[in-house]
Amino acid sequence: MKAFTALYWRLDRTTRTSEKEAVLVDYFRAVPPADGAIAVHLLSGGRQSRAVPLALLRGWAAEAAGIPDWLIDECYAQVGDLAETLALVLPDTVAAIGADSATNLGLASCVRDSVDRLRQQPDTIGKRRIIEGVWNTLAPTERIVWHKLLTGGLRVGVSRTLVARALAEVAGVDTATMLERLVAAKLDSADDYLHLLHPDVAAGSRRPYPFFLASAIEHPADTLGPPGDWQVDWKWDGMRAQVVRRGGEVALWTRGEELVGERFPEIVDAAAELPDGTVLDGELLVVQGGRQQGFTTLSRRMNRTCPTRRQIAELPCAFLAYDLLESDGVDRRQEPLATRRRRLDRLAAAAGWPTFEPRAADDPLPSSAPTVARLLLSPQLPAPDWQAVSDARAEARKRGVEGVMIKRRDGAYGTGRTRGEWWKWKVDPLEIDAVLLAAVAGHGRRAGLHTDYTFGVWDGGRLVKIANAYAGLTDVELTEIDRIIRATTTEKKGAWRGVTPTLVMQLAFEGVAESTRHGSGVAVRFPRIARWRKEKSPADAGTLADLRALIEPARLLPASPSPRPAPRGSAGQQKMLWEEEG
Amino acid sequence: MADVLEVTEAGLYCPAGDFWIDPWRPVPRAVITHAHADHARSGCGRYLCAAPGKLVMRSRLGSTSPIDTLRHGERTTFNGVTVSLHPAGHVLGSAQVRVEHRGQVWVVSGDYKTALDPTCTPFEPVTCDVFVTESTFGLPIYRWPAPDTIATEINAWWRANQAQGKTSVLLAYALGKAQRLAAMVDPSIGPIYGHGAVMKLVRAYRDSGVRLPSIDPVPPRAKRVGQGRALVITPASAAASGWLRAFGEVSIAQASGWMTVRGIRRRRGFEQGFVLSDHADFPGLVSAVEATGARRVLVTHGSSETFARFLRGRGLDATILHTRFAGEQADHDGGPEEEPESGARADDPAGGGGAEAEAP
Repeated sequence: MKAFTALYWRLDRTTRTSEKEAVLVDYFRAVPPADGAIAVHLLSGGRQSRAVPLALLRGWAAEAAGIPDWLIDECYAQVGDLAETLALVLPDTVAAIGADSATNLGLASCVRDSVDRLRQQPDTIGKRRIIEGVWNTLAPTERIVWHKLLTGGLRVGVSRTLVARALAEVAGVDTATMLERLVAAKLDSADDYLHLLHPDVAAGSRRPYPFFLASAIEHPADTLGPPGDWQVDWKWDGMRAQVVRRGGEVALWTRGEELVGERFPEIVDAAAELPDGTVLDGELLVVQGGRQQGFTTLSRRMNRTCPTRRQIAELPCAFLAYDLLESDGVDRRQEPLATRRRRLDRLAAAAGWPTFEPRAADDPLPSSAPTVARLLLSPQLPAPDWQAVSDARAEARKRGVEGVMIKRRDGAYGTGRTRGEWWKWKVDPLEIDAVLLAAVAGHGRRAGLHTDYTFGVWDGGRLVKIANAYAGLTDVELTEIDRIIRATTTEKKGAWRGVTPTLVMQLAFEGVAESTRHGSGVAVRFPRIARWRKEKSPADAGTLADLRALIEPARLLPASPSPRPAPRGSAGQQKMLWEEEG
Repeated sequence: MADVLEVTEAGLYCPAGDFWIDPWRPVPRAVITHAHADHARSGCGRYLCAAPGKLVMRSRLGSTSPIDTLRHGERTTFNGVTVSLHPAGHVLGSAQVRVEHRGQVWVVSGDYKTALDPTCTPFEPVTCDVFVTESTFGLPIYRWPAPDTIATEINAWWRANQAQGKTSVLLAYALGKAQRLAAMVDPSIGPIYGHGAVMKLVRAYRDSGVRLPSIDPVPPRAKRVGQGRALVITPASAAASGWLRAFGEVSIAQASGWMTVRGIRRRRGFEQGFVLSDHADFPGLVSAVEATGARRVLVTHGSSETFARFLRGRGLDATILHTRFAGEQADHDGGPEEEPESGARADDPAGGGGAEAEAP
């Protein structure tokens, strides 16, 4: 624990990537392999389990500190992190640190012996006794890390790539190799760690390739030269994924490098027909009755780890392939895109996959029966000139796609985000001026500042809530707005404040849909703040009618008996969390 | 019975004695708790402060108004109201004002801390009926480590920077924190430099008899001052102005109570923060309130609402007293160093002079 806590705070102290890398290298070199496996798992964003619900921990900490619950809420509003809040209020009882203290335990023993033991302890009083025992042996800085381990909420400000770079340096291999290993690595034991760091290990059989990512572009015609050099695809509103067919098995990986085959059995079944040694890059989508649904609908399927037959029938999913990374067991990533695409087209033709076109709601489907195939080919768009590409993009919203992708025909399939090879040209967002109605104190570096806002527009004589948004403003603006929020507060509850409406912001968003879950009757997708309209007063803000006018004609949204609410933020934000679109 | 003190347009006023305590507008007679700008303003007719703080007051006020002094505990009277000044432990010369009228005793504590500070007289609790307390750090998350621990941390950071050829820069208020830091660190590690604003008060402290290590001003147009070995103490505003260029590569840290919270430190972009405050931490506030024996507590600047509610939960008659004192601020270069905007109460670490609406 001590070494890992020290690592956590050393990483926290610096904002420089080079320094973070050096800190990681130091740690990885010195760490016992069993601890190293767990550390890599945690640092690279691996799944964490929760041994104790935060609410319980909060109650026990309040009692141990002799502080009323409401005061914990006030503290939390300032700190913006519950694990940290609890660590700070707990009494200092770091007395005799014995040999069995959690401080002296290795990370692996700590996670296994205390976190796992707690998880298996069915009895709440038993859990409490274990936790109180450990509290007494930890300093506040250690408690923060321990609380995060207990509650499965440990986040460290390092990217997976940075972790891979540090590990690569320790192992003496290149970063791309380490990234591939990380994707497939099992990180449970000392052997796993040693395996990861081995200077020369044959790669695992079901690993995907690191996803190649696109950069955003504004004006392709001005910068990209002859359109003939580029392949143009639709930018689908689904989830990026790779289908890996090797060794008689199928693995389905998302861009977040999560294995999701169990969630999409219909796709895994279809992919079992692929020749062995095939890897496809493409998009997961709900495709029903010949039309695709947006990400929001797909996320309902993502939330079901083991869907029932009925759920699959309700929201059937498909994989739209747009690239081929491996065929006949040979890595094809260094081949030009044009060659890879020809291979993909041949494969599709041989297997009889239909090419899938995104269609506007008012565009009738072709007379042939709606496709039931679960492997589909994403079409190339004809692009004789940039005007044609621009026209296609102009139709994107109507067709339920996010824009177009522009990929260099003679380019290899790289790693990470290499500017100049793949571009995404997204549709312009929709916009409306909305009034700030309430705010909640933020988290992390926004702790103590009111930075998460609720916005409304006019409906007759009253303002109705339409969206929560917190992205898009500068730190200076946030501080200024925080001041105004404090000065205009009319109601306060913990970290939440209702205000007299005075602030108007231009919101950007990706779409509007009818909603029964929102009081306003509409849901806006991925709202964020485009700019602060200082010159406008609330009376100048938009209306619900303005917003309703932006609703797209219905795209056949199947009803769901119990839609699970998104954990936090809009579907768009969720999508970014899951896969950081590329 | 009428209150001994009340809040007026000009500040905290004693009608019976006809004087103000830390007024925010010019008044004929001002009793001053300490020399920070949000408590001591120029333009008053006559000032009264604790004797140890006279030179500091003079250097801050920059006016010729007469400054009267009282030794700690010494009494004087205004229209039959007895006034005495007692150590508050905040900065050199900081005092709590004890006001007694017709058997009722009020104590206005100004800013205070209960932790030890080699540059000023420690806080002394004064028994009273009504205690006016600040609440800058009135949340239980704020508990200061021992100053010795912090001194060790600062020394280690200074040495580590030296090893990399970097100058160590500590951001701190020019009055109080800067001198306290200078007195805390180990001067054998390397040379110490002070910003002009710091040096002015270093002189006032020395002239008042406080022992400080050798601190040098920065020569004009110099390059690589201190050769990457020095410790520089400066207000945050100067650090932002480019003044630090004279020192080559630097490592910047802030010494403040707000550095307790990870998010606040990260927002300010500091790699290193030292938890050191001239205000009382939460246990300090609670023990100070208890030690007075007061049944009635008026809570001013800081987490006033929260702290008052907490005290009510402990059976005290605690309410908020709306003043314009600023306390220590997290996202503001100025704090007590600069004049807070009119009307600012800044009861939050982030707003920096943000006025909060009165509860409806």
